[in-house]
Amino acid sequence: MIWDLMLAPFADFGFMRRALLGCIAVSVGATPVGVFLMLRHMSLTGDAMAHAILPGAAIGYLVSGLSLGAMTIGGLVAGMIVALASGFVARVTSLREDASLAAFYLISLALGVLIVSTHGNNVDLMHVLFGTVLALDDTALILLCSFASLSVLVLALLFRPLVLECADPQFLRSVSKLSGVTHFTFLALVVMNLVGGFHALGTLMAVGIMILPGAAARFWAESIAGLIAVAALIAMFSSLIGLLLSFHYSLPSGPAIILVAGVGYGLSLIFGPVGGAIAQNLPRRKFET
Amino acid sequence: MTSFRSVFASATALATLSFTIPTASWAEQPIPVVATFSILGDMVERIGGEHIALTTLVGPEGDAHVYQPTPKAARSVAEADLLFMNGLEFEGWLERLAEAASFDGAMVVATTGISPIAFEEHEDNDHDEHDEHAGHDEHDEHAGHDEHAGHDEHDEHAGHDHGTFDPHAWQSLDNAVIYANNIAAGLAQADPANASKYYTNRAAFVAEIVALKSDIDAMMAALPADKRTVVTPHDAFGYFAEAYDLTFEAPQGMSTESEVSAADVAALITQIRRESISAVFIESITDNRMMEQIANETGATIGGTLYSDALSGETGPASTYLDMMRHNATTLSDALGS
Repeated sequence: MIWDLMLAPFADFGFMRRALLGCIAVSVGATPVGVFLMLRHMSLTGDAMAHAILPGAAIGYLVSGLSLGAMTIGGLVAGMIVALASGFVARVTSLREDASLAAFYLISLALGVLIVSTHGNNVDLMHVLFGTVLALDDTALILLCSFASLSVLVLALLFRPLVLECADPQFLRSVSKLSGVTHFTFLALVVMNLVGGFHALGTLMAVGIMILPGAAARFWAESIAGLIAVAALIAMFSSLIGLLLSFHYSLPSGPAIILVAGVGYGLSLIFGPVGGAIAQNLPRRKFET
Repeated sequence: MTSFRSVFASATALATLSFTIPTASWAEQPIPVVATFSILGDMVERIGGEHIALTTLVGPEGDAHVYQPTPKAARSVAEADLLFMNGLEFEGWLERLAEAASFDGAMVVATTGISPIAFEEHEDNDHDEHDEHAGHDEHDEHAGHDEHAGHDEHDEHAGHDHGTFDPHAWQSLDNAVIYANNIAAGLAQADPANASKYYTNRAAFVAEIVALKSDIDAMMAALPADKRTVVTPHDAFGYFAEAYDLTFEAPQGMSTESEVSAADVAALITQIRRESISAVFIESITDNRMMEQIANETGATIGGTLYSDALSGETGPASTYLDMMRHNATTLSDALGS
């Protein structure tokens, strides 16, 4: 019973194992970044960045076809340009970062659409860009795992300044010159994880696996390490259940995974012990902690 | 009598006038026509020849399933005297485009008069496959997932939003003759002066179709009985399958728009393993990473590229309709026959 339901799909089919491995890599890499995005009140930045990446990847596709390398580089370059440009504008002018980011990603998106529609041969770009998790080949898996490893490593190095920046950005800026470096490296991590995620899940779904588990973890843990652990677990669990739902009920896999994460978020919202709807409205609990 | 004679004379004069003047002006100025996609465009070009100025909306290598009309396309449609479409709800975007461009010419539906294959047949095939998973259906009772299972069935039907019939009718050479007849009739009606030329071109084209058909008939007849299942990315070869008693399986279903689920891929892999299918095929207009993965996993080889919904570019192996059909048949016969 459990065998048929949970394990047989992965035992029988290599593409399911690959899909799961890809999702786990994305979960490990992207969710810690998502947690920091949430703590820095930048959750929507992830969405903006996903739009900024799309045209770069599209240009990569147009230049050298369905090549993983070209699309990855294109996405990274476009994302980094938008991140750097908006950060630069925010630090040099009086425009706030969210506004300049919005401006730059919209420009990037429009530019991408323009290039695609004038040079495109109208092969379904959405299908090309919305990589499906069921068709991950070896190179894609290696790329996803490398991105995840690199992301975890860089995050470990940046952990202290990032936490400081979350808690009190003014303080970090006053005691260290690393504030700017930290910020841009962090944005680079966001871009890298979104590019990795979009090979597996497509741009929009990649944002989902980055943000939703972090938001859900907020209701279960209080320390940053706890948040990251819970978020990564929720993401992996969502990937597993989403893939199994897609297998047993023939649902498209990307949306299935994100919807399971969404259900996880909804349940956390209600039942989570840290500020969840129930915990919040039981006064006794408050005094206990 | 005199009045009759004069009327008769002026009538003949008028007739000659209307016969000669338009011919003269039309010979210089080809009539503007629009075809919706490359395969139909090639047929129209063959029959219209130099008497038409053809604009093809979805060009070679383009996917008409997901086409986004441009203002340029709208202008071509607005200026056209004739609009050739496949019909059978293949060009879902055309109605809005024609309306937006206030198209006032004649529409020629190329599939008029063919016997369309109903989708239900394919649905049945699909269900047969899903029945493979009937074993898993017990799990439907499990937990609260019953609702999901129910919706799932509907989603599948909604995915095939083409209409009731398989629109890929040009994949049968018999239908191509009907296409040619419809195109010639449409052109002759819009441009009666050159009607005879259109019918001559049609006859030459049909002769080539018939010749090609006998070649392909021979190739397909030579395929062994246990090698008649073909795996392609999207389900575009229903008419070809019917003509030659082949079975085509596709993970993506009929439209290139629908998203693949793990269940579809698993069903296909199971089938490839069970029937020891030796080759799978990729298509020019779809994302082929999926097929490559399936080939990888089952040990089947990639038998080649099939052209389903669009011609290849000038230099490709399928730059005309006839080349496309020949290329597809040769590719199939090479990969399956060996």
